[in-house]
Amino acid sequence: MDKLKRIGFIIACCLLNVAAMAQNSPTDDPNDFMRSNGKIYVVVAVAAVIITGLFIYLLNLERKIKKLEKEYK
Amino acid sequence: MRNYWWKILAYLLLLTVCTEGFLVKVPVLEGRLQQSVRNTFFHVPMWFGMMIFFTVSVVYALLYLYKQKPGYDHYALEFARTGTVFGILGLITGAIWANYQWGSPWSGDPKQNGAAVAILIYLAYFVLRGSINDIDKRHKISAVYNIFAYAMLFPTIWILPRMTESLHPGGMGAEGNPGLNPNDSAPAVTSFMWIGVAGWTLLGVWITTLRIRLQFLIEKKLHG
Repeated sequence: MDKLKRIGFIIACCLLNVAAMAQNSPTDDPNDFMRSNGKIYVVVAVAAVIITGLFIYLLNLERKIKKLEKEYK
Repeated sequence: MRNYWWKILAYLLLLTVCTEGFLVKVPVLEGRLQQSVRNTFFHVPMWFGMMIFFTVSVVYALLYLYKQKPGYDHYALEFARTGTVFGILGLITGAIWANYQWGSPWSGDPKQNGAAVAILIYLAYFVLRGSINDIDKRHKISAVYNIFAYAMLFPTIWILPRMTESLHPGGMGAEGNPGLNPNDSAPAVTSFMWIGVAGWTLLGVWITTLRIRLQFLIEKKLHG
């Protein structure tokens, strides 16, 4: 249950972020770092998040396998 | 911490490729390749990874035939599996790129066909394994088939694509090897490609080791 609450909290935070972004999107500030260089930094951020997420996922998986290995010893 | 350093290294390498890889200055060739040359950091490492995993797999298959320890079969199986996944990812990423660069996702290029045949041969390895119920027989026959599949990699992806004209580098009358042309690549492209090769391969090794440990756990559960 605790895990579900945490996931829900993260999703809520993400939605909040989207709502916040939707408010200031019409003001296309060219000095904004994320919008400079043809908005390439947006894709860079996405790729970095995917790689980080993948590694966290694998770390968790490894921890679970380690726990099972201890149990079967 | 003792066994974690290479996983952290893999993360740092891949983070470099997935951030700097998009930003580093690459030559824009008369508007032909344009930014799609950055595919070298993502598509090419898949094939390097596949070749490395299949090589490790066949070494474990040989070790199995030599020592007859079932553990070696787990290693051979899981490295072949990761190699196949990397190969399929290589085919898909290549097709996406080819759609915009060569005009169609699949142009029957000898390298494309060869890679597809090589992967189909490895898919048959899994089918063959699954069809044998006797465990000793399964391990032995799949080890022998593994050697055959590895031997078939050489004509399909290394030799035949060199003998005809190919859209890939290294075909008849073109410089380089069937994968790339190192003498005609910008230093930035080559160096980030190698970072990518190291990073993606280490990630694949990590996934494989996890799957191998899972195989050992399953075996323990089944046989006490």
